[in-house]
Amino acid sequence: MEDVLFLAHMEPDGSLGTAARETLAVACNLAKGAKLTVGLIGGATQAAADGIAGCGAARWLAVEGDAFCQGRYGSDVAAAEALCRSAGAPMVLAPATSRWNRVWAGLAHRLGGRADTHVTAISVEGGAIRISRWYYRQRLEGTLTRQHRPWLIALEGGVAPAWQGAAGKVVLEKITVDAAGVRTRVTGVQAPAEDAQTIRPEAKLLFVTGAGWTKKQADGQVHAKEAEEIILGFLKRTRASLGSTKSLVDLSGEGEAVLPFLTHLNQVGQTGSTPRHPRGLATCCHGEEPHTVGWRFVGERRAVNLDPNCGWARGKADVLYVADAFAVMRAVNAKVGD
Amino acid sequence: MSDAYHIVVCGSVVPDPLQTIEPVSGPQGPALKNEMMLPAWLDPWAGHALYEAANLATKFPGSKVWLLSLGPKAKLQQVMMTVAQKVPFEFVGLDGPAGGFTESAEVAEALAAAIAGIAGLDRGRLLVFGGWESASRGAGSTLQILGERLGIIEQFQGVDLISVQADGVFKILERIEGGRHQVSVCAGPPAVLGWATGGLPEPKNNPQVGMANMRGVMPALQKAKPTKVGAEGVTYFNVSAPKQQRETRIVKDLSAEQIADEIITWIKSE
Repeated sequence: MEDVLFLAHMEPDGSLGTAARETLAVACNLAKGAKLTVGLIGGATQAAADGIAGCGAARWLAVEGDAFCQGRYGSDVAAAEALCRSAGAPMVLAPATSRWNRVWAGLAHRLGGRADTHVTAISVEGGAIRISRWYYRQRLEGTLTRQHRPWLIALEGGVAPAWQGAAGKVVLEKITVDAAGVRTRVTGVQAPAEDAQTIRPEAKLLFVTGAGWTKKQADGQVHAKEAEEIILGFLKRTRASLGSTKSLVDLSGEGEAVLPFLTHLNQVGQTGSTPRHPRGLATCCHGEEPHTVGWRFVGERRAVNLDPNCGWARGKADVLYVADAFAVMRAVNAKVGD
Repeated sequence: MSDAYHIVVCGSVVPDPLQTIEPVSGPQGPALKNEMMLPAWLDPWAGHALYEAANLATKFPGSKVWLLSLGPKAKLQQVMMTVAQKVPFEFVGLDGPAGGFTESAEVAEALAAAIAGIAGLDRGRLLVFGGWESASRGAGSTLQILGERLGIIEQFQGVDLISVQADGVFKILERIEGGRHQVSVCAGPPAVLGWATGGLPEPKNNPQVGMANMRGVMPALQKAKPTKVGAEGVTYFNVSAPKQQRETRIVKDLSAEQIADEIITWIKSE
C-alpha cells in the first residue's frame, strides 16, 4: 500500500464539490493500510475540511488566500506543488475538474512524476495500482500501471459514490505560497443567461439533437424556426441538458442561421464532450461509430428517428421509436405543458 | 517594443476520425492495427489552434507562425499537402511516432528541444499554441509540460477566444464546467494556450499559400530529426475497443401521441 494525497479545490461557495467527494471516496479506499493526507486549496478551507473530518486522514494541509479563490495555472500549480512536497505521498488523487485538468501534467513535471487525466477506474491487483482511461476519443479503453512516482491521477466524475461521513473539527497545517509573480488575473465567468443556458451537467436527461432537425421535411421545406421552438420548449419544460451532433453544430458555425442557440459547447462526440447523464433521448441523429461516442456514457438511451436501421440508435439505444421527431416532440411538449 | 508575436503551434497527426480503429499489441506496447495505412489528419483542436494563430498573426505585422509536428515523416508529408493550403506558416518537423500510447512527458521534451532550435525565435514574444487535448492520447498534458520546460507559467486550457487589448493585455476565455467560460486577463506573452474549438471556421484552401508553404515544408521534412519517444515506465495490461451492443427495441407502430406518452412516463420514472 502506498501513501495517498487527496487534493481538492474549493467551489465558489467554499464547499467541496461532488466530484471532489467522489474522489475522496476512492482515495480513502486506496489508502487503506497506508497514510491518507488531505490537501485543500481555496480562499478559506476550514469549513470544507471540517465537513470531511471523518475521512480518516492523518494530515490536513491547506493553501489559503484570495489568490487561490479562482483557478489560474500559475497560482494553482504553485499551491499544489507545495502541498505535494509537504505530503510526500507517492500517489496523488484529485477530481478531473477543469481547474485541476489545467495544471495536472505541469504539476507532475515539477514533481518529477507522471500524470494521468480522465481516469475512469482505479484498482489494486497483485499489489499494483491499475487505472483505466480512454484513448482516441473514447474509442479505445486502456488499463495500465506506472513505475514513476509521484503518480498523479485525475479522476472523472461518477467513478464512485461521493464520500459520506461524519463532520468534525480539523486542525489544518497551513502552507504559505507566494503567487505574486503570476501575470494572469481571473476577472469572472461568462455564461449564458439562466433561461438561455442549455448545458446542465446535473440534469437527469441529455437531449441530443441531430442534423435531421434542419433537413427538408415531408412538405419539402426546412422548418428551422419550428425546430428551435420545439427543442427550446422541451428544454424549458424538462430542464434537460442539450447536446448536439457535430454536423448540426457546424451548420450554425458556418453562418447558416439554422439553430442559432447551438454552439460547439453543446457538441457531444469525438471533438465534443462525452457527458454522463442517467438518461439520454436522441432525436434526428444519424451516423455510425465513431459519431455515437457522444452518448457512450449515458445510462438509459432512447432515440426517435425515421430510419429503423439508424446506426446511431440500433444497438446503441434501448428503444428506437421510428417516427417523425417533429410530431413526437411537439406532442411531448403539449402533454408536459408549461 | 514590437507588438509582433512569435507563435509556435504544436500539433500532430491523428487517424481520420471516421476510420474504424483496432488496437494491436506490439513490441513497444499497444498500437493501432495498420496504423501507417490509416488516412491521417491534423489533430482537430491543433488545427483550430493553427487557424487562430494565423488570424492573430495577421493583426500584428511582423508576427510569425511556426507549425511544429512530431509524427512519422510520411504521414506528416501527407497531412501537410492539405494543411499547407490553409494558412501561412513555417514548418518544423520531428520524425517519430504520433500514436496515443506514447508518453506526453517524452513528447514535450522533444518539442521543447525543437523550439529551442528555432532560429530567430523571440522567447519574450512567444506564444505556444496547440490543441487542449489530442484526438489520440486525449490527456491535455503535453502543452502543460512543454510550458513548464520553457519556463512559462501563464497557461490556459480549453481556450475559445484570445483578444488583444489596446495595452497589449490578453483577454482569454477558457472552457469550464457547465458550458461556461472563465474570463482571464494576462499581461501579454509569453503564454501557452491550449485551444478548444475557438471561433474561426476552417479556412478555404488557398493554392498560393500552399505553394509558398510547401517551399519550406519539403526541406523541413527532409531535415526532420528522428525522434525517439515511447512510454518508459508504463505497463499496459489491456487496450480494447468497448463492446457495448444493446438490445434495441424497435417501435414502429405507435402514433406520435403514444410515443410521447411513453417518453414522458420514462422521463418521469425514477
